[in-house]
Amino acid sequence: MSLHNYTDHAGEWLRGTGPHSDIVISSRVRLARNIAGFPFVAKSSRRQRHEVLAACKERIVSDRLAPNILWVDLTQSPALDRQLLVERHLISRQHAKARDDAPRAVAVGSDETFAIMVNEEDHLRMQVMRSGLQLSEAFDQINRIDDILEDHIDYAYARRFGYLTACPTNVGTGLRVSVMLHLPALKITGEIDKVRRAARDMHLAVRGLFGEGSDALGDLYQISNQTTLGKAEEEVLADFQNTIVPQIIAYEQQARQALMRHREAEFDDKLWRAWALLTHARVMGGEEVLSLLSHLRLAVNLGRVNRTDIRTINELFLLTQSGHLQKISGCEMDAPTRRAARARLLRQRLGGDAEHS
Amino acid sequence: MKRKCDRCARPATHHSVEIIQGKKIEKHLCDEHASEEGLAIKSIHTPINELLTNFVKIHSSGEADQPTPGGVCEGCGLTFAQFRKDSLLGCPDCYKAFEQPLSTLLERAHEGGTHHIGKVPRRAGAGEQRQAMLMRMRKQLNAAVVGEDYELAARLRDDIHRFEEESS
Repeated sequence: MSLHNYTDHAGEWLRGTGPHSDIVISSRVRLARNIAGFPFVAKSSRRQRHEVLAACKERIVSDRLAPNILWVDLTQSPALDRQLLVERHLISRQHAKARDDAPRAVAVGSDETFAIMVNEEDHLRMQVMRSGLQLSEAFDQINRIDDILEDHIDYAYARRFGYLTACPTNVGTGLRVSVMLHLPALKITGEIDKVRRAARDMHLAVRGLFGEGSDALGDLYQISNQTTLGKAEEEVLADFQNTIVPQIIAYEQQARQALMRHREAEFDDKLWRAWALLTHARVMGGEEVLSLLSHLRLAVNLGRVNRTDIRTINELFLLTQSGHLQKISGCEMDAPTRRAARARLLRQRLGGDAEHS
Repeated sequence: MKRKCDRCARPATHHSVEIIQGKKIEKHLCDEHASEEGLAIKSIHTPINELLTNFVKIHSSGEADQPTPGGVCEGCGLTFAQFRKDSLLGCPDCYKAFEQPLSTLLERAHEGGTHHIGKVPRRAGAGEQRQAMLMRMRKQLNAAVVGEDYELAARLRDDIHRFEEESS
């Protein structure tokens, strides 16, 4: 298993299956943990970081946790590999961009459903991702991983504050639950701002495709909890599973129905134009592709366009990103070359017009 | 594209497009007019990063002449002023050292939450003493390495290893 296997397919979480997968792209849970007896990462010396890294590697890369875990030492990995990992949501931008010599790593499960970052903001940041709305399944898996690691690692923990984290916004359960939602109709009708405000009032964070500070490219929104102290894991999960996500799904469905009822011709035109451009363009920008793929995904979900399937579209969201494009072609490319390669890949995968390729 | 509010010259921050009987009605309003229209609810919660910065501002004003307002964590040497700057604590002991000033911040950041509810590590019973012990041993080890006393360092490393294995 190596990073080279990552270029021709998407991770398990982009399979496009699972409950409500027309709107819920993926479910993710992450736990933040620190090892007792060490300062948090930012205050640790180089030697201490190496010690943490070695201790974690020994515990993580074992068959007890899962077979065939891929351990990537990010200190030694090329920038392009790190970009690939960011695009696949296996490491954060912060983890990719840290100083080159900062001792840090990521362990990835063989189907990419789980990933454990070592020495990011906390000693351990572990996540499980699943396709569709599968939060309790994802939580069960991360909880098991946490139990296994805890057998051999003393976590920093205090009765009053729970699991201790470098940033006090994570203290307590250390649990961040998030769902990635595809909300193109709410965006087209302009209702998305209402969702954003409602989410904020419910103390939830709304972020774009790549988390903090990123725009909602491709109409993909990540919604996550911000409260980790004084609220049990089950409570946070139940809020998402039973209230928050079903409500947003219902809004999006209403908006889709309204568009089809009241603006059918314009709406269909928008969807078919996306198809036309994706299958015929010769040059395609990184942001443009996400917005067109979003419309195509909507078209396929509503049965307006049936020349491709959701899984292919989900994969293209990933494979058309800069890091993946360069990894697929096996060389570094400048921006104009990437735009041409992106258009070519789209025509190949969507069965579009292939001449002059 | 920066749009002005439909009703005044301030920038519009709330945008809505509604379709009523096939007609599209767009509204672009500033915060004030949007809440007048019932389009926006004045937000009660502010995002956490903003909270942190505001918190930091409130607590740093008027304390400039104190050498270390809020104190220092003995575990790692972090001052509360440094925490204000980076929003990051230095080590597990910081939670004890800054318990009081942190409480207010935590309560606001976590919807009133002040105490942990939820998972407890299985070894939490003796945990806090063990953690303190480990912290002490690792500090000694650090001092030994810095002082180039490699014999002592090796011994301490063995001790730590044995101590860790005892519980596993």
